[in-house]
Amino acid sequence: MSLASGTSQVSDRQIPDRLRSPLQRFLASWELLLLGVAVAVFIINSFASPYFLDPWNLSDATFNFTEKALIAFAMALLIISGEIDLSVASIIALASTAMGFAVQLGADTSILVLIGLGVGLACGAFNGFLVTGFGLPSIVVTIGTMSLFRGISYIVLGDKAYTGYPSDFAFFGQGYVWWVISFELVLFAVMAILFAILLHRTNFGRAVYVIGNNPVGALFSGIQVSRVKFILFLLTGVMSGVAAICLTSRLGATRPSIAFGWELEVVTMVVLGGISILGGSGTIPGVVIAAFVMGMVTFGFGLLNVPGIVMSIFIGLLLIAVIALPRIARQLLARRRT
Amino acid sequence: MIQSLIKSREGILAAAILALLLVISTRFPAFAAPKNLASVFNDTAPLIILALGQMAVILTRCIDLSVAANLALTGMVVAMLNTAMPDLPVPVILLIAIGLGTLMGLVNGLLVWKLDIPPIVVTLGTMTIYRGIIFVISGGEWINAHEMSPAFKAFPREVILGLPVLSWMAILVVVGFIILVGRSPLGRAFYAVGGNPHAAVYTGINVGRTQCAAFILSGALAGLTGYLWVARYAVAYVDIAGGFELEVVAACVIGGISIAGGIGSVGGALLGALFLGIVKNALPVVNISPFWQLAISGSAIIIAVAFNATSNRTKGRVILKKAEHAL
Amino acid sequence: MLANSQGIENVHAHATQGAAPVLSLEGISKSFPGVKALSEVALELYPGEVTALVGENGAGKSTIVKVLTGIYQPDGGRISINGQPVSFPTAQDAGKAGVTAIHQETVLFDDLSVAENIFIGHAPKTRFGLIDRAEMLRKSKDLLDRIGAQIDPKVTLKDLGIANKHLVAIARALSVDAKIVIMDEPTASLSHKEIEETYELVERLKAEGKAILFISHKFDEIFRIADRFTVFRDGQMVGAGKISDVTEQDLVRLMVGRSVDQVFPERNSNPGEEVFKVAGYCHPTEFEDIGFSLRRGEILGFYGLVGAGRSEVMQALFGVTKPSKGAIRIDGEIAVIRSPDEAISHGIVYVPEDRGRQGAIKGLPIFQNVSLPSLKKTSKNGFLRLAEEFKLARDYTQRLDLRAAALDQDIGELSGGNQQKVVIAKWLATQPRVIILDEPTKGIDIGSKAAVHEFMAELAAEGLAVIMVSSEIPEILGMSDRVIVMREGRIAAEFEGGDLTPEHLVRAAAGISEVKS
Repeated sequence: MSLASGTSQVSDRQIPDRLRSPLQRFLASWELLLLGVAVAVFIINSFASPYFLDPWNLSDATFNFTEKALIAFAMALLIISGEIDLSVASIIALASTAMGFAVQLGADTSILVLIGLGVGLACGAFNGFLVTGFGLPSIVVTIGTMSLFRGISYIVLGDKAYTGYPSDFAFFGQGYVWWVISFELVLFAVMAILFAILLHRTNFGRAVYVIGNNPVGALFSGIQVSRVKFILFLLTGVMSGVAAICLTSRLGATRPSIAFGWELEVVTMVVLGGISILGGSGTIPGVVIAAFVMGMVTFGFGLLNVPGIVMSIFIGLLLIAVIALPRIARQLLARRRT
Repeated sequence: MIQSLIKSREGILAAAILALLLVISTRFPAFAAPKNLASVFNDTAPLIILALGQMAVILTRCIDLSVAANLALTGMVVAMLNTAMPDLPVPVILLIAIGLGTLMGLVNGLLVWKLDIPPIVVTLGTMTIYRGIIFVISGGEWINAHEMSPAFKAFPREVILGLPVLSWMAILVVVGFIILVGRSPLGRAFYAVGGNPHAAVYTGINVGRTQCAAFILSGALAGLTGYLWVARYAVAYVDIAGGFELEVVAACVIGGISIAGGIGSVGGALLGALFLGIVKNALPVVNISPFWQLAISGSAIIIAVAFNATSNRTKGRVILKKAEHAL
Repeated sequence: MLANSQGIENVHAHATQGAAPVLSLEGISKSFPGVKALSEVALELYPGEVTALVGENGAGKSTIVKVLTGIYQPDGGRISINGQPVSFPTAQDAGKAGVTAIHQETVLFDDLSVAENIFIGHAPKTRFGLIDRAEMLRKSKDLLDRIGAQIDPKVTLKDLGIANKHLVAIARALSVDAKIVIMDEPTASLSHKEIEETYELVERLKAEGKAILFISHKFDEIFRIADRFTVFRDGQMVGAGKISDVTEQDLVRLMVGRSVDQVFPERNSNPGEEVFKVAGYCHPTEFEDIGFSLRRGEILGFYGLVGAGRSEVMQALFGVTKPSKGAIRIDGEIAVIRSPDEAISHGIVYVPEDRGRQGAIKGLPIFQNVSLPSLKKTSKNGFLRLAEEFKLARDYTQRLDLRAAALDQDIGELSGGNQQKVVIAKWLATQPRVIILDEPTKGIDIGSKAAVHEFMAELAAEGLAVIMVSSEIPEILGMSDRVIVMREGRIAAEFEGGDLTPEHLVRAAAGISEVKS
């Protein structure tokens, strides 16, 4: 009976392309909510401290998130694809140690940059090879390489530190392109745009989403799943290398404990940005706003003289709350309906 | 055939440990002396206790990265209690430590069970929160040996039948785990939940509750270790046992506990912890800087997990009759 | 003691046979977001009798099983056991009330021992509350002996074959001393001999006075072992009664709501030249010496029992798994296929059986699912062009009469039939030369089924070469020009024209030699 009525009205029924316009989607999005939070934090901060609205202070505030955000962009893609890299902070340590070592041998800035990027690339390739070549779970592999990479830094440096970076190397972490606009901020903006294009506008980005939603289905649709994942690990490694260059340049010294615990902040930034920790969804603009929110909050706490470790409580709470609150809301809604 | 292979996993590890001891003792005979081995065991006791708790969690397809922070927070709380009330007897301290650890484990477990948040996210978060709380309650101050009461410090070092209490605690936990994991319904439920959560539901096992129980167990043991650790080293500060959670996970992975859940044994976790403990204690003896420790445990994790994966690789379906016979 | 109580139950069973049902369901409803899975269904099970539950995929059979075993809570209705109203808030409660289920895919624990698999959740305990291993082993041995299974209870489950795993599941059902046993397609993946043994077991359970709910798609076995039947259609109970009062035709009519011979489209098959030829395809464990050819406009059916290796062959042809030997020719040219990517570029596409895992990318919108393998065409220099994707999706989904709110709707929100239409559209959009459909109508509603069949006929008429893997004999017979039967990883027979009869197919698939009658 359903068959008869079904076939008779086939002909000129057309399914619309979109149920809701992009604007409607945006109005109901996580990104908009996050934008609201960012504005709120900005306003609260400006009331809380008279120093906040000073352009140079604001510019300083951006250093709180630019380096982490550089990694977060690549990590966002990796997490969307259903993998994770917990070794990013250790890659920074290893890349920074390698650069410091090269400085002792008299390397100039251009060589240092190459070394920083090269070490990042190599570490990413190592992670990617272990995950895609052997089919190992990325979480265990990168917990392992997290110890290994930083462990090598400790072997090389022990309790010493490398200093004496060339003066023109300082530009990456301390230089300004124009007025209060730092090199790092420009790099952040450029990378945000590049990663947004890569994820949202290219075939590669589409493959990342497909793999995150259904890796087997992706394989059966002709996507080279292992290759895409390997590239994502490479990207994350390289971006960690870029962050290592910026951070080392900013600090002017390398200790093996450099960027300790950053993997947590990077993952928090990504998750806060609306990327599902289970993979498959999220956007780069979300991560950009999340970076601003975290940077502003950290800076605000700093102005109020709250110590760093207390801020980490806030970040831990944020990480859990961001995931928990929507779930609690959903459970409450479901309960009310029945 | 496969079964005997898995069974011999512990055998391979035990052989590796013996070989390691042998190599070290040919150059440094003093290392293999019973007295030194006992001290190595005592040194490794906290790792053994935590590795067993972690094993329960990993068996249920979860992971607990908050154990070291839990340990440090509990340690700080009991140390502060001790300075405030030096007369508080050790049994009460022990109870408080275990209770506090249990509470922190419960928080992890509830977030995983009731809100279905991935365990890695939950425990990464609580790890930083617990650490942060130590700073808040202590104001970043250290509590040193002279501020602690003698009884508080003496307990883990008390020697009974030739071994310190700390060692006995580890032995007690190992025995308890052999019974719990091998013989109790809860212990078997850990395996069932990790091995096939879907089927576990059909056999009347509540998956979330079992996972929560594993987190509670891991938390309680972290709490216990918190007191033992602080009392033994006679110092408490924000960063004690920093990064120790990775060593704990490493011990489990090296011990052959599958990160995918459902596979692993008490013997494996014990041997994994002993392996790391021996390496750690042997480094200064054979004149290698202790800074090698981190890289070695990292490499051990990678090698162990790669080894596990290749030996447990799932084979395709066997349809052909002749292939069935060839196997 | 055990034997004693059974004796009593036995007597009791015979005394009440045909009288009061041990379990009855009334007005049970269950909804999920967007779907009404069960609406006011009724079901009665009688001690010592087998009730067959029949219905098409998606009729609500697995939902009722989940309600009965405490996995789902019904939205409304009454469950009563021996006239007393009961409820099963958890799986444990259902077990305690004497309901147990033996599942389709034996849901057991590979890494635990046989004894533990039998007793997990209700193991015998010592007085300290610990598991009494010796007692558990002894009881397991008894139970396994009782069903005539020669299995060592100490062995790890993963070392057993599928048939033995099934016996363990049955032993588990007996271990709880259940009054009500649910068997969900117990013979689906068993060999002929194992199926016979399963029937014997069912007889034994009947003799012990158990009430059995037997879910099956196979009419021969329903008529052989069932005493009663209940038919579900689209979440409703549409008929029940004694098996002896009905014919196969009656049941089918109840199931589909109309008579069966209307289902398949008329086809004027007129195959053209050969496009696809496989020779000597081998795999170390899955299949051997597979060779066949396929012509334009032809529909080639692949029949066989579940587990005969049909899907494995198709996945190797599609490049998912690697063959150890063999060659593929397309239009006479050798084609090397090492990955799905390469298969697609050679014009070979595969609509998988496991739609949820291998076919649909749930979480992504319909249009992105359709454009996925065609991105090279819709994009420019690696950059997406959404307008092109929408156009492609619209063109192909329209041909399949897709029902959806919008093309940017998540494919996961569609019904199984409409998901399948999207998956087929996705492959057609690549303009393939050979399309392989693996169980294309499994688990989809009748309307969509007919649409898929009609569309297949259309494709063949347009000159596409079609391979269809199916376990449904009517579908195989109704659609194919030619049928290859596989058994145990090899091609067992090939039929065409007048030789295409149900009997031939079944005999070839089961390996029964021809008997002149």
